[in-house]
Amino acid sequence: MSSIIRLENIVKKFYIGEPNELEILHGVSLEVKEGEFLSIVGPSGSGKSTLMNLIGVLDRPTSGSYYLDGIDVENAHDNELSDIRNQKIGFVFQTYNLISKTNALRNVELPMLYAGVPKAERRKRAQELLELVEMSDRANHLPEELSGGQKQRVAIARAMANDPAIILADEPTGALDTKTGRLVMDLFHKLNEEQHKTIVLITHSPELAEETDRIISIRDGNIVSEVVKRERQVL
Amino acid sequence: MLLGENITLAITSLKSNKMRALLTMLGIIIGIAAVIAIFTVGNSLTISIEESLQSMGSNDVYVMVSERSQEHDYSQKLDGAEYAVSDSDAEMTDADYITSEMIQEMYERFDDDIYAINISHSAGRGTAEYKNTKGKVSLTGTTVGYFITSPIDIVAGSMLSQQDYNGQRMSCLVQEDFAKDMFGDVKEAVGKVMDVELEDSNISLTIVGVYKSASASGMGMISFGGSTVYIPLQTAMGITHSKDHFSTIRVSAAVGVDTEQLSKNIKSFYEPYYRNNADFEVTVMTLESMIAMLTSMLDTITMAISIVAGIALLVGGIGVMNIMLVSVTERTREIGTRKALGAKNSSIRAQFIVEAIIICLIGGIIGLILGITAGVILSNYMGYPAMPSIGGIIISLAFSMGIGLFFGYFPANKAAQMNPIDALRYE
Repeated sequence: MSSIIRLENIVKKFYIGEPNELEILHGVSLEVKEGEFLSIVGPSGSGKSTLMNLIGVLDRPTSGSYYLDGIDVENAHDNELSDIRNQKIGFVFQTYNLISKTNALRNVELPMLYAGVPKAERRKRAQELLELVEMSDRANHLPEELSGGQKQRVAIARAMANDPAIILADEPTGALDTKTGRLVMDLFHKLNEEQHKTIVLITHSPELAEETDRIISIRDGNIVSEVVKRERQVL
Repeated sequence: MLLGENITLAITSLKSNKMRALLTMLGIIIGIAAVIAIFTVGNSLTISIEESLQSMGSNDVYVMVSERSQEHDYSQKLDGAEYAVSDSDAEMTDADYITSEMIQEMYERFDDDIYAINISHSAGRGTAEYKNTKGKVSLTGTTVGYFITSPIDIVAGSMLSQQDYNGQRMSCLVQEDFAKDMFGDVKEAVGKVMDVELEDSNISLTIVGVYKSASASGMGMISFGGSTVYIPLQTAMGITHSKDHFSTIRVSAAVGVDTEQLSKNIKSFYEPYYRNNADFEVTVMTLESMIAMLTSMLDTITMAISIVAGIALLVGGIGVMNIMLVSVTERTREIGTRKALGAKNSSIRAQFIVEAIIICLIGGIIGLILGITAGVILSNYMGYPAMPSIGGIIISLAFSMGIGLFFGYFPANKAAQMNPIDALRYE
């Protein structure tokens, strides 16, 4: 069984060399297996956002090494990091972050646009993905014309665009009511089970974390507990 | 390529904020419109001046007495020669004019090269009267040579004869329209004697011929405030009690003679006469040198106004930069999202540069349309055929895109350099 994410002794400091130097992560090690549905929980200021940024290669660790799908992220150039984000990671944000003035279909096409996928192929795949999240009938709607749950479904379709190795979801139901939050969570389960997507869910909700295969609790920059709910046999 | 996508994005972004886009474009619109309008009018003016000069014949050499320029004067002083101190606004005195003797001598000297000498002398403006019918006239004294270089068509009667010239007769040629107004018919006019009241004298002129108005062309025949009446030169001199001297003469070169060479020869011919004249000298010009002078004058004007328009474009460009910076800040989260989705810095930079270029290009096109419209209206108003300058159009469109590129680069680069984490978190 291969690890899709391997973090080794990750340290992240801010304001390095300044009087207010701050160490947020104190040597975190974590492995995520392919096809796993993992949750990271922790209170505000615990360092989980920083960890998410590092996993999402939006930021680089101060020390330690990170392998994503076998790629050594540490030594990658900025442009290579862009490609890694584009090809390997699907982001789902709490605030959806759909591009305004751009319809659902074009939003889903966006990662493929940066990947250089030809237009016809791009359109076809985007339509398939909207179908997957049951948003086909809203393909030509602008984000402002969609409800929160609908927006998040479009965002999930967008995250799936380049068939990434992992989906990184940062509080995906944080801005939704319980009912629509449930729908979004069901969608993640569906992607995990049917498409065997590796999903990393960052949340502060213990209930949502309970649904996942493994719960990583983080506090004050350290992993404090690890609870395995289900041992998955991954293909 | 993402270019097509970027153009679509830019247009979408502009559409979503039409008022702001228009206000941003305003500087560019005004700048480009001004440049194009000026180029159009300048171009029309140049072409029609060249055409009207060409119609005067390229064989003519203009000889005129003109004031010495100060620098010229100074340089001559450096030669060590002694001159009287020159007045900047010297009045012409009798001694400064070209005399008949000089002209006669010049004609004899360059007999083979000169086809005709055209001398005219204005005897002033006045009111002609015949049996209580009145009309404004402008009296122009001419030589035979005048009609050789500026031919006219006689529609009734005859040309001024040798006797008219030699005998200083009070004979004249009148314009067709004038004849119709005064006498009812052109044929009626011939042989009639009309009274002309001038500023300080009253004379009677016998009409010997009527010439066709339409043939009026060239500088010498443009009349202000009255129909041109041609009289023999000596008659005109007599009326104004002028001595035998002139400030301007026109020499037509014989066929096959190099006008440039002739103009040089004529210039050196007059040199000795004016060597000791501190204020005046003889200037000789050909059609070519006149065109060159006018063109350089127009170029100078065009240049000056272009600088002003350039400043307008600069200010417009700064406006574009300002609004692009606002746009980048407003869309910080969008930039962060795009980066998270895999956009490279170069893609973000390209997106905003394209947007700035599109703003400027649209502004440029609107400015172009306004400028051509204004230029055509102005040209027509001034009575010239409108000639939009193709070069000017291409240059200004390229220039407006250049402004977009130049002033869009800094904001676009700012967007490209954004840290994705901070950008994503931006509220």
